[in-house]
Amino acid sequence: MSEITTDGTAVTVIHGEKISLLRVLGPAHVWALGVGIVLVGEFMGWNFAVGKGGGLAALIACWTAGLLYTCVAMIDSEVTSTVAAAGGQYAQAKHIVGPLMAFNVGLFLVMAYTMLEAANAITAGYLIQTVGGMAGFDGVHDKPFIVLTIMALALLNYRGVYATLTFNLVITAIAFVAIVVLFFGVRPWSHDLLKPNELLGGLPYGWLGVIASLHFGLWFYLGIEGTTQAAEEVRSPARSLPLGTMLGMITLLIAAAMTWYVCVSLMPWEYLGQATTPLFDAARLTGSTSLMVLLFIGTIFSTLASANGCINDASRAWFSMGRDRYMPAWFGAVHPKYRTPFRSIFFLVPIALIFALGAPLDQVVTFSILSGLLGYTFMSFNMMMFRSKWPLGSIRRGYVHPLHPLPAIVLFVLCAATYFAVFLGYGTQLLAMMVFYIVVSMWFAFHRYKFVRRGDQFTMPWPRPRGY
Amino acid sequence: MNAFQWLEYLAWAVSILIGAWLLYDLVKTNTSYSEDVLMSSREGEIEDDLVIDPTHRGAK
Repeated sequence: MSEITTDGTAVTVIHGEKISLLRVLGPAHVWALGVGIVLVGEFMGWNFAVGKGGGLAALIACWTAGLLYTCVAMIDSEVTSTVAAAGGQYAQAKHIVGPLMAFNVGLFLVMAYTMLEAANAITAGYLIQTVGGMAGFDGVHDKPFIVLTIMALALLNYRGVYATLTFNLVITAIAFVAIVVLFFGVRPWSHDLLKPNELLGGLPYGWLGVIASLHFGLWFYLGIEGTTQAAEEVRSPARSLPLGTMLGMITLLIAAAMTWYVCVSLMPWEYLGQATTPLFDAARLTGSTSLMVLLFIGTIFSTLASANGCINDASRAWFSMGRDRYMPAWFGAVHPKYRTPFRSIFFLVPIALIFALGAPLDQVVTFSILSGLLGYTFMSFNMMMFRSKWPLGSIRRGYVHPLHPLPAIVLFVLCAATYFAVFLGYGTQLLAMMVFYIVVSMWFAFHRYKFVRRGDQFTMPWPRPRGY
Repeated sequence: MNAFQWLEYLAWAVSILIGAWLLYDLVKTNTSYSEDVLMSSREGEIEDDLVIDPTHRGAK
């Protein structure tokens, strides 16, 4: 398939009968995939938690969601270090729980990431439109830039995973550095610019506000679980996936703390709670042009990195479902030259375009969050069943998470609390989405499952599970 | 027509070109290779012979 020439350069040639995804990624790419998808939540979105319950509630939501996602990252790291397959949680569900759960988890992933991609493209288009307006141009449109964002990133993904995630690594690192520079730029050791005591505002809506703010507290970390989608393309899954995921989680906890402190110390909660680009607004309040430019670049880069990672993850999940015939097998193809799931990438482009051009941003984002939340709830069950069926010592693990079953229980409790938080603000969407997943589950169980090659779908060389 | 409108037309044009190329490559690839080859990938398969990353293969 591929040859290495004497000078060490890679040349792709076809000489075999088999094609697989390319194993070229390292821990830094895994970090870039996970943090790249999430970091946009620091630049915009998390601050709606402030609107729900005030600055202090947003901090509690930040910590609570941080705990939820630390559990997610630990659980994911352990299971994925043994299930080295594209599709991440879908492949986990297939092997550990069963086909119907796997079908649902696969759809959670595709919907969550495609919606998030659409939301990011909308945001990128909005930012460019805003810049056009600020530059004095009349009648500027965002749609051409929304479409260009999706098409350009789809092209990048289509032509290879290494370039895609190296690009993500660079722009994500720049966006993260922008947050760090802003944090030190406002001199947090002094109160020259920051007024936390005056602006924090207590708990204006009491503890109900704290619970309601949990919904948007997820934005600080939503998407870190996407690192598992790279499982089939990393050089050493057992090492790179836990390392990249846990480093990503640490990065996000640092970025979230810095973002919250800077923003609530610079802006009244009433404004911050409905701001479109809070970090950029914080930079504007410093009066520093260089900080403004840096945070604008960071905002754009974080948006692009998130959309880019979403295309990568959604296509892997869709590809895996096609390969197992949970969806038409046509989607399970790999490009012989670029070694990417090219049909899945191509197929998801018009879907992302339809949502980006035709649906309101808040509905798109809520659908993404709810699909993600359903996936996290699955993880708590999945982990319990994984340890029960294959206890420590029965199969080789690249990472063993501590204190089991506590993280799985904490994850389940926090998911339940977050469902209630989402119900408070978006109850209709929550119910509509539940109906959607129930209907498609029935379609899978009564129609689609007969196409699945039942024996072929279980590929892991694991011993027979305990009790079977 | 102002500069931003030119930029908008450019964005549309580049998007259409990318879409056309993706479609062209998709059709070309589908017709150039058999389905058996294109869909020969197997879940979780680790084949060191297929790894092309030079560093992984010990190259400097």
